Amino acid sequence: MAIELPRVPLGQWIEGGLNWLTSEYSLITRGISRVTQTGITGLNEALMWLPEWALLAIIAGLCWKLANLRLAIGAVAGLLLIWNMGLWEPMIETLTLVVIATLVAVVMAIPVGIAAALSERLYRGIMPILDFMQTMPAFVYLIPAIPFFGIGSVSAIFATVIFSMPPAIRFTTLGIRQVPVELIEAADAYGATRRQKLIKVQLPLSLPTVMAGINQTIMLALSMVVIAAMIGADGLGSEVWRAIQRLRPGDGFEAGIAVVILAMLLDRLTQSLRKSRKA
Amino acid sequence: MSDNRNVKIRVRNLSKVFGNQPKKALELRDQGLGRSEILDKTGQTLGLSHIDFDVHEGELLVIMGLSGSGKSTLIRCLNRLIEPSEGEIVIDGENIPELGEKALLECRRRHFSMVFQNFALFPHRTVQQNTEFGLEVRGIDKEERQRVAREALKQVGLDGWEDAYPNQLSGGMQQRVGLARALANDASVLLMDEAFSALDPLIRGDMQQELLQLQNQMQKTTVFITHDLDEALTIGDRIVLLKDGEIVQIGTPEEILTKPADDYVRRFIEGVDKSRILTAESAMRKVRATVRDSDGPRTALRKMRDHSLDSIYITDRDRHLVGLIEAEAASQALEQGKEKVTQAMTQEFRSVGPNEPLHNLFAMFHDNSFPIAVVDDDRRLLGVVVKGAVLDELAQAAETPELAKSPESVETAPAGDE
Ligand SMILES: Nc1ncnc2c1ncn2[C@@H]1O[C@H](COP(=O)(O)OP(=O)(O)O)[C@@H](O)[C@H]1O
Ligand SMILES: [Mg+2]
Repeated sequence: MAIELPRVPLGQWIEGGLNWLTSEYSLITRGISRVTQTGITGLNEALMWLPEWALLAIIAGLCWKLANLRLAIGAVAGLLLIWNMGLWEPMIETLTLVVIATLVAVVMAIPVGIAAALSERLYRGIMPILDFMQTMPAFVYLIPAIPFFGIGSVSAIFATVIFSMPPAIRFTTLGIRQVPVELIEAADAYGATRRQKLIKVQLPLSLPTVMAGINQTIMLALSMVVIAAMIGADGLGSEVWRAIQRLRPGDGFEAGIAVVILAMLLDRLTQSLRKSRKA
Repeated sequence: MSDNRNVKIRVRNLSKVFGNQPKKALELRDQGLGRSEILDKTGQTLGLSHIDFDVHEGELLVIMGLSGSGKSTLIRCLNRLIEPSEGEIVIDGENIPELGEKALLECRRRHFSMVFQNFALFPHRTVQQNTEFGLEVRGIDKEERQRVAREALKQVGLDGWEDAYPNQLSGGMQQRVGLARALANDASVLLMDEAFSALDPLIRGDMQQELLQLQNQMQKTTVFITHDLDEALTIGDRIVLLKDGEIVQIGTPEEILTKPADDYVRRFIEGVDKSRILTAESAMRKVRATVRDSDGPRTALRKMRDHSLDSIYITDRDRHLVGLIEAEAASQALEQGKEKVTQAMTQEFRSVGPNEPLHNLFAMFHDNSFPIAVVDDDRRLLGVVVKGAVLDELAQAAETPELAKSPESVETAPAGDE
């Protein structure tokens, strides 16, 4: 005999909450939406306005300066391949979304990370939330984004920011907590205020770790931006999506390879940034 | 040595409990429970208990004890890197445990510079920037703090290294930066927590000598922590000996060596080369008899016979030392009809100040065996040291109670051979 348990209406509650939020804060969400859209369009147009070879040269130069000649050569080869496959424009769209989402995520994550490092209570409160954010399947974030911001790039950014923020918070916290106690003691002994301690000792010493967190955030942002094609974000993801729908595996793989190239490029570039800071 | 200089820091009834129930732990202590019982009963560590001492203006006070005896805790209570659980720490009229957050910062900036065992230099800052840290925090303007820092670096012999990073320096040099950072800050008290313990013995000796020189020039009030008795004896004006969070003895190096307060201290000091520390004063005897410069040889002979002496010192009316006359010379003078002892006296004896190290006196007995005269700055006769007394004193100091050597005493009492 089966016992009839009343079903917990978790889904209904969440929907109710979201509806309330969207209607209550529509002014704010519309504001955010407009600003974000302007940013996306602006950056995208700027990058597209540059001729392909010019952007290619800039990126190669950057790679050479921050890392080495090998990365520069790799970058040129990879980007030429993307150009040749006719995926330049979707690549730029993806890059735009990654850059903006990462910027927003980092700007929000670092203060939170600092606060969590300095307050044991906040630390204990925030860590389970971060675990939750990271273990939640990525596309679930797409769903609440739509009622807030509608179909399109802004929703993609919103979901991406939430999904990619945890490592930046975590690593910032970790970096600050890793500063040796004796250095904190030294700063205290000479009468440094909390603020002086943070700016003169804790932040500079945690910078390599923070950079590692930013690197991870960028990688997560890239993966999410690709998935966000499902809710209408332009870019390499939508190329993959289209290939799936039309059953054209060749096109799908081409777009996939473009994502891999972009990922490697961003990864090496941010890692070299971290190393050059450390030296 | 009586010290009537001003008191710079007065510490009274200072205690520290590590744990969340300090009140309870202190109550149990007041009921007479020991450290380990309190730990068993409450899980609280009694780090310091009933600490009373003064730091005098301009002195170098050493706090010494085995590892775990509470030295670091004590020095960190002074500037409240560790919060004391009870007691007073008064510096220039301010009671440090009562200060609010702002006042505490101010107090740390004005009164305390600190040098750490593992240097605690900021790895992302150059030597120069490390040295400037204290001044920078206080908001001194850039030019001034650069100038002061450069001067401090010069003082510790590091000019030319301003732009290096700490990881490019040897341990000894790193600690010089630590010292420069403290000196540049010009706070009124220098706190040094095992500042030289991480250095090689040779470099360590150099640093000790340099600290003493700096101390001579600047007369900076210094609290210096060490677990090394030799170091404490070498540099300390006074020593506070700590055991299990309590003070066992406070005294000058000489007092610690010659009048150990209990068996613990006695065991602690065994094996130290005491002749390095003992002075002429400690082996000095009262002069049994002297003659005046106006006396005749007959008086001198009688006094020598009465006190069974071979020779006798001659002083003037104010006890200033004039010379020495031997029994033989006195009887000759008597035969020759000389009227004054001064006509037959000799200057072949040796005289020293009361602080002359005892081991220097050995060599002096080489030339002749007259008692060595101990005189003050005005050459007034304070007493004499006879050969036997030096040996006695050294033998006594070297004599140790027959206690089994625990690992502790091996660690802390390295033989101080020169
Ligand atoms: N934060 C702490 N929590 C608990 N116990 C501590 C803490 N700091 C020090 N102690 C204990 O206090 C005692 C004295 O330590 P410390 O002052 O570091 O000794 P020392 O510097 O003489 O080696 C030791 O028994 C140590 O275990
Ligand atoms: Mg210690």
